[in-house]
Amino acid sequence: MVHSISPERALKAYGDMLLIRRFEERAAQLYGMGLIAGFCHLYIGQEAVVVGIQSVLKSQDTLITAYRDHGHMLAAGMDPKGVMAELTGRSGGYSKGKGGSMHMFSREKNFFGGHGIVGAQVPIGTGLAFAHKYKEDGGVCITSLGDGAANQGQVYESYNMAALWKLPVVYVIENNGYGMGTSVARSSAGPNYFGRGQGWDIPGEKVDGMEVLKVEEAAMRAVTHARSGKGPYILEMDTYRYRGHSMSDPAKYRSKEEVEGVKETRDPLDHFKVYMLKTLKISESQIKAIEDKIKLVVAEAVEFSKTSPEPDPSELYTDILKEGSTMI
Amino acid sequence: MSADPKNHSLLSMTVREALRDGMAEEMHRDTSVFLMGEEVAEYNGAYKVSQGLLDTFGSKRVVDTPITEHGFAGLGVGAAFGGLRPIVEFMTFNFSMQAIDQIINSAAKTLYMSGGQMGCPIVFRGPNGAASRVGAQHSHCYASWYAHCPGLKVISPYSAGDAKALLKAAIRDPNPVIFLENELLYGHTFDDVSSDPEHVLPIGKALIRREGKDVTLIAFSIMVGKALEAAERLSEQGIDAEVIDLRTLRPLDIDTVIQSVKKTNRVVSIEESWPFAGIGSEIAAIMMEHAFDYLDAPVMRVTGADVPMPYAANLEHLALPQVEAIVDAAKAVCYRS
Repeated sequence: MVHSISPERALKAYGDMLLIRRFEERAAQLYGMGLIAGFCHLYIGQEAVVVGIQSVLKSQDTLITAYRDHGHMLAAGMDPKGVMAELTGRSGGYSKGKGGSMHMFSREKNFFGGHGIVGAQVPIGTGLAFAHKYKEDGGVCITSLGDGAANQGQVYESYNMAALWKLPVVYVIENNGYGMGTSVARSSAGPNYFGRGQGWDIPGEKVDGMEVLKVEEAAMRAVTHARSGKGPYILEMDTYRYRGHSMSDPAKYRSKEEVEGVKETRDPLDHFKVYMLKTLKISESQIKAIEDKIKLVVAEAVEFSKTSPEPDPSELYTDILKEGSTMI
Repeated sequence: MSADPKNHSLLSMTVREALRDGMAEEMHRDTSVFLMGEEVAEYNGAYKVSQGLLDTFGSKRVVDTPITEHGFAGLGVGAAFGGLRPIVEFMTFNFSMQAIDQIINSAAKTLYMSGGQMGCPIVFRGPNGAASRVGAQHSHCYASWYAHCPGLKVISPYSAGDAKALLKAAIRDPNPVIFLENELLYGHTFDDVSSDPEHVLPIGKALIRREGKDVTLIAFSIMVGKALEAAERLSEQGIDAEVIDLRTLRPLDIDTVIQSVKKTNRVVSIEESWPFAGIGSEIAAIMMEHAFDYLDAPVMRVTGADVPMPYAANLEHLALPQVEAIVDAAKAVCYRS
């Protein structure tokens, strides 16, 4: 049932997931040391979702999510140094230190944020898809949201317009079981999020979001559908976050056993490592090489985030308005 | 009618026609410009501002939306991030409150939050403030709400010529622009509309519509008309009023106001909306900060009554600033009764 991939692609996928895992672990440490402050929402446990999706995207495709966005950025190929330095609020950060964890963007890598208001990214992503269709560039917009956001009215306004106008958008509902401290059972009457597009005939499917190859396969189906002009597609990813909602959340709403259970039986990295060793016959030393490389990349990012200077005080008043007017 | 230097003429037309022409010219000029909103296409616009645009440009570029302001405002923001130049029409700005998170948090703030990467070239336009007898939920003026926020430009024109030239400027501007029109002005005819498709007014420059030396009357949108009427009545009583049409609320043309006050030494600010934290409050603060030594009297504000807009005709009349109130305020700052 699961499609197979080449050893090269497997090592890349593993490396991409591992980069996110190690990066987020270091970010948590830096937060504890006071170098990162305010909001910091970690993606640990959910790595397979973004890595699986990214593997099927084309160069013109666009990506948008809410505030649990470090993983999306790294999977899109943004520089870990620029991401970590934004977390520490330095001028070398992607937003020159003025945005923070939830507000990073890269036009070069087609990553459109990084948004702090739950659900707001969904109409915006639908608009990015509108632009793809208007410009006839064959692009698709991957719009990520959580189980908490999936109850927002603007999500359903977006579904309606996407279906009405057959916009090339794939809605990826990253269902990690909790919207902050509220479980899906307590927030959602009828929590089959993938089926909530039925009212508009939007196809949807639920995917094991802890298995990167299953994510890839489903993402390929969804993106092909959207790209062909048939309109939107909904993917519900069954995933899990190992840490709390944010760095301020002690996560008392779930048991330690539940968390440990997922780590032991469903970890995306452990599972994929087994697959690489047993099925693809990749050697331990090849995997170790990746692990060593990632260690260096993350260390470099952390170093940069500490040495990059804070923004110049004059930056308080820059980037409020853009100069100029369209010259044709 | 007269000719302007570029061999184009000044035309006489209504505000709604001028706005339509402004949009049409910009849509001809730049294929990334498109219009979306409720009833803008097949209905030709709830107030007929987009009359004929669907026939000219087709349904890809003139898009009827469902009644989902929150969703379509956000969609417009995404389209702008994605390289298009949307004009999003709110049937009235009262409905923009449903979308205000997208306007402020997604459109206005993102250039800053992204360190300059994510500009949002979008225009949100539609009628603002009171119409006639439409009651409290449909008569709200958002001038001071939007003018409050860095990251936006806020324009509120009076004449047809200004409406066209400023809407063109707004569409060409790379920032999110709030363009506040007025339903009652749509049908007014002015003869100041340029036929030159390259005639664009600078955003942030006020206009002195009537020169005077005794008192400065500051207004925007429909209140400019009332201020001009008041100036006529005042001149019969020997008071020579200068009328400033702000045109843009953010950025506010403080220099033009200060230069005027240096001459007249007396200021009356006029707006149709509520007094608390209104545009007049800002003008009064600016006068304190920049022109205190030139004032011979405290700044006076003429505003709408601090009430939700009533339906009854007599109460609505009382709730909005009338010409007499402006005349009385001008006389008060001149210490004449």
